[in-house]
Amino acid sequence: MSEPFEPKIIAFVCTYCTYAGADLAGTSRLKYAPNVRIIRLPCTGRISPMFILKALQKGADGVLISGCHPGDCHFTHGNYHARRRWMVFRALLDFIGIPPERVKYSWISAAEGVKFAEFINSVTNDIRKLGPFEQYSQLIEQTQAPASL
Amino acid sequence: MAKIGVFICHCGENVGAKVDCTKLAAALGDHPGVAVSVEYKYFCSDPGQESVKKAIRDNNLTGVVVAACSPRMHEATFRKACAEAGLNPYLCEIANIREQCSWVHTDKDLATEKAMDITRSMVEKVKRNNKLQPIEVPVTRRALVIGGGIAGIQAALDIANAGQDVVLVEREPSLGGHMAQLSETFPTLDCSQCIMTPRMVEAAQHPKIRLLTYSEIESVDGYIGNFTVRVRMKSRYVDIDKCTGCGDCITKCPAKKISSEFDCSLGKRTAIYTPFAQSVPNIPVIDKANCIYFKNGKCKICAKTCQCDAINFDMPDTFVDLEVGAIVVATGFQVQNNSLYGEYGYGKYPDVINGLQFERLASASGPTAGKIMRPSDGAEPQTVVFIQCAGSRDPSKGVRYCSKICCMYTAKHAMLYAHKVHDGKTHIFYMDIRAAGKGYDEFSRRAIEEDEAAYIRGRVSKVWQENGKLMVRGVDTLLGKPVEIAADMVVLATAIVAQPDAKEFAKTIGIGYDEYGFYNEAHLKLRPVESSTAGVFLAGACQSPKDIPDSVAQASATASKVLALFSKDKLEREPVVATNNEVTCAGCWGCVLACPYNAIEKKDIVDRSGRVIKRVASINPGLCQGCGTCVTFCRSNSIDLAGFTEKQIFAEVMGL
Repeated sequence: MSEPFEPKIIAFVCTYCTYAGADLAGTSRLKYAPNVRIIRLPCTGRISPMFILKALQKGADGVLISGCHPGDCHFTHGNYHARRRWMVFRALLDFIGIPPERVKYSWISAAEGVKFAEFINSVTNDIRKLGPFEQYSQLIEQTQAPASL
Repeated sequence: MAKIGVFICHCGENVGAKVDCTKLAAALGDHPGVAVSVEYKYFCSDPGQESVKKAIRDNNLTGVVVAACSPRMHEATFRKACAEAGLNPYLCEIANIREQCSWVHTDKDLATEKAMDITRSMVEKVKRNNKLQPIEVPVTRRALVIGGGIAGIQAALDIANAGQDVVLVEREPSLGGHMAQLSETFPTLDCSQCIMTPRMVEAAQHPKIRLLTYSEIESVDGYIGNFTVRVRMKSRYVDIDKCTGCGDCITKCPAKKISSEFDCSLGKRTAIYTPFAQSVPNIPVIDKANCIYFKNGKCKICAKTCQCDAINFDMPDTFVDLEVGAIVVATGFQVQNNSLYGEYGYGKYPDVINGLQFERLASASGPTAGKIMRPSDGAEPQTVVFIQCAGSRDPSKGVRYCSKICCMYTAKHAMLYAHKVHDGKTHIFYMDIRAAGKGYDEFSRRAIEEDEAAYIRGRVSKVWQENGKLMVRGVDTLLGKPVEIAADMVVLATAIVAQPDAKEFAKTIGIGYDEYGFYNEAHLKLRPVESSTAGVFLAGACQSPKDIPDSVAQASATASKVLALFSKDKLEREPVVATNNEVTCAGCWGCVLACPYNAIEKKDIVDRSGRVIKRVASINPGLCQGCGTCVTFCRSNSIDLAGFTEKQIFAEVMGL
């Protein structure tokens, strides 16, 4: 690769569907772009918009959220809450000047290893096209102080 | 100061080939707060685990990160190892550098870089992990079974025979459910009553089973192992302790023309009645809506007849409060309203009946004593047309799903009819014959080959009356020709649907249901008898249409689940539950709306004089399943989820 821009993407996924789907992609030895870092949560309902903002502030060029398909949530409703929250949050992103295209939302089940790999590749390509996210670059200095106890 | 141990596993070549573990160990060794950073071929092996334990003891580690395979694989292994070394198991986390790194990437440098990020992020999380203790909840060893059909009876008997107490609640005056209404059962053609009634008696006489008939569930509170249930015992107006079941009152009751629910309105009953002759308990009830005394204030013939003084017109409903540890829901099904199909003339022509009505006609204890007689004039029908899928597999008018039992019972009906009316002719309109099951296909073949049922593949468009006959117009799609049959009786294989109040009832007990009102299992394949609520199990057709063998099998499965639950004094649960900071809680109840488990209650904070100064949310750790949806809802940041706290997740993000 001749110095193309490689985006850094943070994924928030639920442990029951998408995390298991990502594991399946691994056990199936599918290959996908190494740009995504996964943070495992019990349910997409646990994903606070603050996590997304923090990720973008911390230097992520894109964020993706994925959980169980509607109706399949292990906790019955969590993904519906997440979806509703996302619909509202998307408008807010736009309002504060963050292109909503930098935040992707998907449903990937534990059986969809192939879909997971394809989704990671397509998101990586999309974010790569959008270029680095520099909105918060001046803030990163302040937040990068080692967060150790 | 944090002292984290990082253990990087090569997993043989699985990680080692794509991630430079030495470089990774060195990089993590320099990370603030990391005391030990080592690599090894197989940390999950016995010597590997021993080395982790030794490192914990030697360095007094305050947290452990194992960079290896998925936590779904070995989280439990390493947490156990930590516990053995004296470290709280919840201070151990797994960084997944195999399934989500080495196995899916080809470039070693990029994979190593990603592995560093993943591991670092996990180190930052572990620094903020808290010591957690498994939650222990006591178990009340008594089960509640709701529904006294074959599934409920089977579940109750299995649990009771294992020596545990059971309360069996049935809302009708007698046990039996739909199975008691059937004439014969497929694929053996044995009499339903003959196999059902002994089980009903066994359940009623079992010393471990408390039977509450003519009773309904009012409310369910609590959580697994600790439910409190209120049951309304509807007034029978007959004292269950005094009544001997002699039946004199029934014989003498002057209100005799009431349509019998048990006979699907093909027969009549009195106002004081038992649903059928073999009712268990054999104690009548007074149907208040049709009783002459309740309507006009005069009559009381039953009370005068009764020699035991058992009739009491002032009897109120009573309530029973129960403490139970597990609940089996076996509330069954109903048949769909046939009048949805106006073109088939159900309700308009008395000789168009549904499958359940045919069961009553064929039953030896039915309104015709087992003689097949058409309802309009009592004549023996010479030609009978059966219409399958009258409601099932029909998204436009009926239901989308297959009702599963209709192919089999229609074949059975054709056989019963052929055995009773020897020169009769049957025609069966079908879409497909679905006869999967032990002995099922042989059975439906027998209907065709021995009992000469004429199967016509196609749908019926219209049924109308002409010259005393029911004209059935349909199509034979195999011949590609329209068909018209002059029939004496038409039987619709009606769809099986959820009970009319199934959704309401699901809300009462706090379980999920699908678009049709059938109750949702926790996992369709791997947890088919558990509901999404811990401690509540599902048996029989309340979950989906089922035949008798499946219902019985599922009922026994719920019994084994209940007994497993009762095998312990205390339940241990993962401590991943939400907790609320009552000081900052503003009482907005956003969390209450968010919680899918009704785990959050409103709690009064009182001062010394007992005055309520504040109302806050209180999360019941027994009910909480740890999804964390309430945490995100909380406007005042008062709720947090153990194991996935705000601090931990922000630290993970910061570590990337």
